[in-house]
Amino acid sequence: MKLAKVTSPHLHGRNDTSHVMKVVILATLPGLAALSWFFGWGVLINLIWAWIVALGCEAIVVKIRKRPLGYYLNDYSALVTATLLGLALPPLAPWWLTLVGVGFAIIVAKHLYGGLGSNPFNPAAVGYVVLLISFPVQMSSWLPARGVEGTIPLGFIDSLKSIFPVLGNASVDIVTQATPLDLLKQRPGLTITEIWQPGSAFGRFAGVGWEWVNIGFLIGGLYLLFRKIIYWQIPVAMLGSLTVMSIIFWGGSGSEGHGSPLFHLLSGATMLCAFFIATDPVTAATSNRGRLIYGAGIGVLIYVIRVWGSYPDAAAFAVLLLNFCAPLIDHYVQPRTYGHSSGHNSGQHSDNDRSGDS
Amino acid sequence: MSRKLFSFPGGIHPPENKLQSLNLPIQPVPLPKRLILPLQQHIGAPAKALVAAGDLVKKGQCLAQTQGFVSASIHAPTSGTVVEIADHEIPHSSGLTSLCVVLQPDGEDSWCECLPIADFSAAQPAELVEKIRQSGITGMGGAGFPTSVKLSPPADSKIETLIINAVECEPYITADDMLMRERAAGVIEGALILTHILQTRETLVAIEDNKPDAIAAMQRAVEALSESHNSQPHNIEIVVIPTRYPSGGEKQLIQNLTGKEVPSGKPPLHVGIVVQNTATTYAVHRAISFGEPLISRIVTLTGEALNKPGNYETLLGTPIEHLLELAGINNQQLSRLIMGGPMMGFALDSTTLPVVKTTNCLLAASSTEYPEQPPANPCIRCGACAEACPASLLPQQLFWFSMGGELDKAEQYNLADCIECGACSYVCPSHIPLVQYYRATKGELAQRRADLIQSDHARDRFEFREERLAKEKAEKDAKRKARAEAAAKAQAAKKAAAELEAKEGGATKDSSDAKPPSDKEDVVAAALARVEAKKKAKADATAETQQQESS
Repeated sequence: MKLAKVTSPHLHGRNDTSHVMKVVILATLPGLAALSWFFGWGVLINLIWAWIVALGCEAIVVKIRKRPLGYYLNDYSALVTATLLGLALPPLAPWWLTLVGVGFAIIVAKHLYGGLGSNPFNPAAVGYVVLLISFPVQMSSWLPARGVEGTIPLGFIDSLKSIFPVLGNASVDIVTQATPLDLLKQRPGLTITEIWQPGSAFGRFAGVGWEWVNIGFLIGGLYLLFRKIIYWQIPVAMLGSLTVMSIIFWGGSGSEGHGSPLFHLLSGATMLCAFFIATDPVTAATSNRGRLIYGAGIGVLIYVIRVWGSYPDAAAFAVLLLNFCAPLIDHYVQPRTYGHSSGHNSGQHSDNDRSGDS
Repeated sequence: MSRKLFSFPGGIHPPENKLQSLNLPIQPVPLPKRLILPLQQHIGAPAKALVAAGDLVKKGQCLAQTQGFVSASIHAPTSGTVVEIADHEIPHSSGLTSLCVVLQPDGEDSWCECLPIADFSAAQPAELVEKIRQSGITGMGGAGFPTSVKLSPPADSKIETLIINAVECEPYITADDMLMRERAAGVIEGALILTHILQTRETLVAIEDNKPDAIAAMQRAVEALSESHNSQPHNIEIVVIPTRYPSGGEKQLIQNLTGKEVPSGKPPLHVGIVVQNTATTYAVHRAISFGEPLISRIVTLTGEALNKPGNYETLLGTPIEHLLELAGINNQQLSRLIMGGPMMGFALDSTTLPVVKTTNCLLAASSTEYPEQPPANPCIRCGACAEACPASLLPQQLFWFSMGGELDKAEQYNLADCIECGACSYVCPSHIPLVQYYRATKGELAQRRADLIQSDHARDRFEFREERLAKEKAEKDAKRKARAEAAAKAQAAKKAAAELEAKEGGATKDSSDAKPPSDKEDVVAAALARVEAKKKAKADATAETQQQESS
């Protein structure tokens, strides 16, 4: 009789990485539904194309790294990256834009840094920023949302054709429009009341459609919280600091106004970032207090870049900048261990102070 | 009245799996063919054998006595013949061997004379502690620390609280549960004895709320106590705590009940608390009230490979296979044999090992019960481990440091405070065997400390030797110098004397005193001059060769 000689613990829970990833993808559904409703088939086509690209890139790199293919594809992490990036791209982004973005995210931002768990920067955010800097025109060509005056919903075939022109020309001309965040920013001398007209891109609180997209991601995020996939600290701190910033620098609805707190909370990628991108555990701070600082930093930066920076939206930049800070935050907010008077053990081992540098 | 609890961070709720071993009352175990009694069943120095092969011993007779303060003696669990005293493998996570007394029972089971202490409340605490020490009692729930040591706090420390740890938070184990259900009065009596020894203000018996029957039995026993000891007020309180692993960890229990934290690296008595396990408390009662040393314990036999799981009153030294057969082992199903619980117990690779004082459970698991873990995925720093950690560590960071061999960092992040409860490994979605990494790194740290001490020692010795040699050399030089000076002086004096003589009268030239060749000092001086000349010649020669080489 052969008895297994293994060390404790012998008992293990049912938690599983691929399960975590699947729940994250599932939780994007309400936001995805809102995006598709307001911006058409392009959103879905983009997403599926992003998935295909991500799985392809993942497979190629895993093959090159001589790792077991099925084992790595099964963790669903590439699909999560592709989903988050795909959801952030303009609805009719040309096929090569998605290819470059997702490819860069998976190959460079993820695998060249060591693969899942070793990447210091959020791959989806890296992919997005690379595209935004390299192809600003394509990246700001959003469609007007359904309900904005003069929009004609685009059919599936036309959407497919405009993403993959090789399939033929679309039967209608595509009208693109700047996003509400962009419009608010680029309004020479106009007051907010002047641009916030019925039938314009602005709705009740924020952009038409964008309000619902953000509410959709909020619902998905609450589901993640409920399933204990993410912790509350990062989204709460991020949304909280964004709210505080937008109250302090509100400036009313005149020409000096920067938009209401609700406008900022329900615009652009706010909710997607708060619950899905900033909460990526690999690249975030790991202690509870650290997560609060990390989240708050992202919220502040999003506001600063949106209002005083040169880009209309800022989630990806803010996340990447805080990714840089995560190790530093972790170093300084180590939780207090049982039986110790402070988080850092340097009092007991004074010679360890030398190594406390990262 | 329910007591205010303070809770503790982290923890998990694994499936309890306790019901299967609770169907039967405590079962007796027939005498095995032989008993194997390791001399090292506790923390501290091994016991020293008092018997030799061939000796006839009575039940309860001391076979091996304590060596030093932190040690525990071993007694004969039944009467019989000592077969041998030899090295045998003992239940240990590293499969170590230890000297064991092997006893062949004679079937008589006849006791030696037992000397109880009739009225403990009239006895001096020191006398009771000595009795407990002689009875070989050690902690029976965890590491097996000699109980008498825990009961002898330094004179300047005041113990306020005694905690009887009846939590039994590990899944599967029900030995303490059954003990309390059937022998609650004995446990309470033991608690009274310990309270008397330590003179504590309060005595708390902590039980998890998943043991309602044990709680009821213990509460009845406390009530009965209040009725019978009408005049004597007691301070025993049954505290029911929420079920959450590892609430039975000593540090976690203290935090949960009192809100106090034991400072890192210090024993609980530092905060005025002593914690004793239920089975230990019961053993104290048997030792004081009946004079019986620790020779048996209740062992939970459970797991899917057993047909008759339950709790068995087992003599120490009983081979595990004897127990497994009694509990209906299905050898085809048995894939993993664990001593202790599934969270902190260790896997045994042999069924011939004996039951020892700390064996609270034998878990004969099938391969479906504990399948092999899938290969580990990369850590995604999800932080589930940090949420589960009862010591508020950052297990994910410790894992990175362990993997990278960053020992300093691991130490700085308080790896030493990890109690190896396994909660982090349990919740890890990437199936990383975290505790294994921590154990390995703790081992490396211990090795490094040992190496450091050794190298410090070597350096000290080397430096001392250098110093000694330098000192000896200096002394020699000083002596030589002194001798040379004395010689020079003597010569000068002689010269002066000779000159004086020459001046005084040339006629006395042929005086024997003036003849130098026979003079010792002159010989030395001549030799020195020769050496000097040689040195000079050599120096010239080397200078010449150098010149030649450079040209």
